[in-house]
Amino acid sequence: MATLPDGVFTPSPAAGGGAGAAPKMTARGINLHYGEKQALFDIDIDVPARAVTALIGPSGCGKSTFIRCLNRMNDTIDGCVMTGDVRLDGQDIYDRSVDVVQLRQRVGMVFQKPNPFPKSIYENVAYGPRIHGLASDRAELDEIVQTSLERAGLLKEVQDRLQEPGTGLSGGQQQRLCIARAIAVSPEVILMDEPCSALDPIATAHIEELIDELRGNYTIVIVTHNMQQAARVSQKTAFFHLGHMVEFGDTEDIFTSPQDERTQGYITGRYG
Amino acid sequence: MSDVAATGGPGRARDPATRNRRRYAAERRFRLYGLLSVAVAVAALLALLGSMVARGWSALHQTYVTLEVTVDAETVAPAGRSDAKTLADADYTALVRGALYGLFPEVRARGDRRALAALLSQGAADGLRARVIDNPALIGRTLKIAVLASDEVDQIVKGRAGAGKLNERQHGWLEKLKASGHIGKRLNVPFFTHGDSREPELAGIRGAMMGSFLTMLVTLALSFPLGVATAVYLEEFAPKNRWTDLIEVNINNLAAVPSIIFGLLGLAVFLNFFGLPRSAPLVGGIVLALMTLPTIIIAARAALLAVPGSIRQAALGVGASPMQVVTHHVLPLAFPGILTGTIIGAARALGETAPLLMIGMVAFIVDVPQGLTDPATVLPVQIYLWSDSPERAFVERTAAATLVLLAFLIVMNFLAVILRKKFERRW
Repeated sequence: MATLPDGVFTPSPAAGGGAGAAPKMTARGINLHYGEKQALFDIDIDVPARAVTALIGPSGCGKSTFIRCLNRMNDTIDGCVMTGDVRLDGQDIYDRSVDVVQLRQRVGMVFQKPNPFPKSIYENVAYGPRIHGLASDRAELDEIVQTSLERAGLLKEVQDRLQEPGTGLSGGQQQRLCIARAIAVSPEVILMDEPCSALDPIATAHIEELIDELRGNYTIVIVTHNMQQAARVSQKTAFFHLGHMVEFGDTEDIFTSPQDERTQGYITGRYG
Repeated sequence: MSDVAATGGPGRARDPATRNRRRYAAERRFRLYGLLSVAVAVAALLALLGSMVARGWSALHQTYVTLEVTVDAETVAPAGRSDAKTLADADYTALVRGALYGLFPEVRARGDRRALAALLSQGAADGLRARVIDNPALIGRTLKIAVLASDEVDQIVKGRAGAGKLNERQHGWLEKLKASGHIGKRLNVPFFTHGDSREPELAGIRGAMMGSFLTMLVTLALSFPLGVATAVYLEEFAPKNRWTDLIEVNINNLAAVPSIIFGLLGLAVFLNFFGLPRSAPLVGGIVLALMTLPTIIIAARAALLAVPGSIRQAALGVGASPMQVVTHHVLPLAFPGILTGTIIGAARALGETAPLLMIGMVAFIVDVPQGLTDPATVLPVQIYLWSDSPERAFVERTAAATLVLLAFLIVMNFLAVILRKKFERRW
């Protein structure tokens, strides 16, 4: 069984959730159609709490589509029909009684291309807490902003220019701002859709460090087409191929001894 | 273009040098055409402005006759009564005419005196009346005041001889007054402070300006919120099906409907069916609002479309409801475009005449309108009415009113550009 060249694979520490802990999010039998075309076929997955789960696979295999099911962002797309069961802490998130706005506060998202609001840095981070009523006065709001920026590793760099527009930062800083914005509403799960693909290697390294720090407090699901990144940051990995989830398991197992030959082919770089 | 055809296509071409030369020549010609088009447009604009200024400039000055008038106590405050009503009702015209007669003691006969008095405006004594009511202490004093001359005198003084309403003797008297320095020109204040009048020297655009202002107020108050809300709904919330397609086609068509049709609609529905007051800015405003609505909707939709989807996604991801996404993020970013569209629509509505003619805003209105239901007229209609009048003095006033209207339009468009620049944000 072929493995990665030496020195590339560095296994990350074991999941903090502990064996036997209930998964934070579960998906069963997810089938998704964009109009006539089916994009996801019978996806079953358990996302463990307080750990990083990576979704890998070649382009167009449905990773981004699936991750958008987890916070119902696919609702905003016309013609997108999903069947199946997605649960957060055991509750069905597609149930009619669920408030989508509340759901998205608990399950935050960071997008591929950094998209800060065209407002000040402060306003970017403060917007979420404000609309969810998480702060009762200005002092509390300031506190939340400071904490979020600090957790995102951005505070030192922007401390004295919080009123400047968020769009004036560099790419890596903008993405960290988006992460701070996601953290500010105190989510339980953070979904990241290829967060580093638009960034340079140094900024990428910062973000990966950040992800490692964050997993102590948040459950993270990250979509990436960069295998090495998945190997570096995640504890669990799922391999997607043409809308099917081919394999799911501990990251170390997936990369050292994949069960399915499609997984092996992708990991060894035969295609993808 | 014909040059491409002439070279015969690839493979059969001449040598590269010739091809290059022809291509550069074609580009130079193309640029020249562009420049010529701009030049023609600018020339047309300058011709319009130039002719308006040339004709209307003289309207800013008005001829006045300086007279020494005694405020005779008997005439103004008979039997010692000097309350406001008595003062207002007194015959000041007689006083002013008396002063004029005093300058020409040889003129005795009544017919002759009437001819002499015709040199003055019918409203010549208005200024004196206002002053005396304001300050009754003037009673009994002799004042040197400037009274308005009639429009025929005014035109002759401005050099448009052949304003043939004056006979030989009146001409003679006028020459004598000129020679003795009683004739002078002043700023034409009545043009800006008076409403319309049969007498050109007393006619002003204030009534029309108030009418335009009130009408535009109603127009904007109705069309802006409705237009923006419609655009937001169609763009952000409406499902994409046959019905919304139908609505969109209809809105685009409405923008192209001739404006007089809206006037007919106003006449049939608002005046005849609902019984709203004729000639009122309220009805004019509603009609113009219907006309401006499609323009605003189309501009607002384009502005909303231009907001990147990533902003909406980001806001949704943080947990904003669709309404919050629109009001907190999309609308502020689309605002410059919406504002520009609104101002352009409003500028067009300001210059509209045909629909307002249909609802009766073509009447001769003297009083300056105070409210939305007072009969009124608007500036373009006023220009039309004056251009139709026989008196020569109205020619220059028509041009002057046109200049005022053009000034407003220029200011509004300028405002649109400035506001758009101010609110523009970079992503």
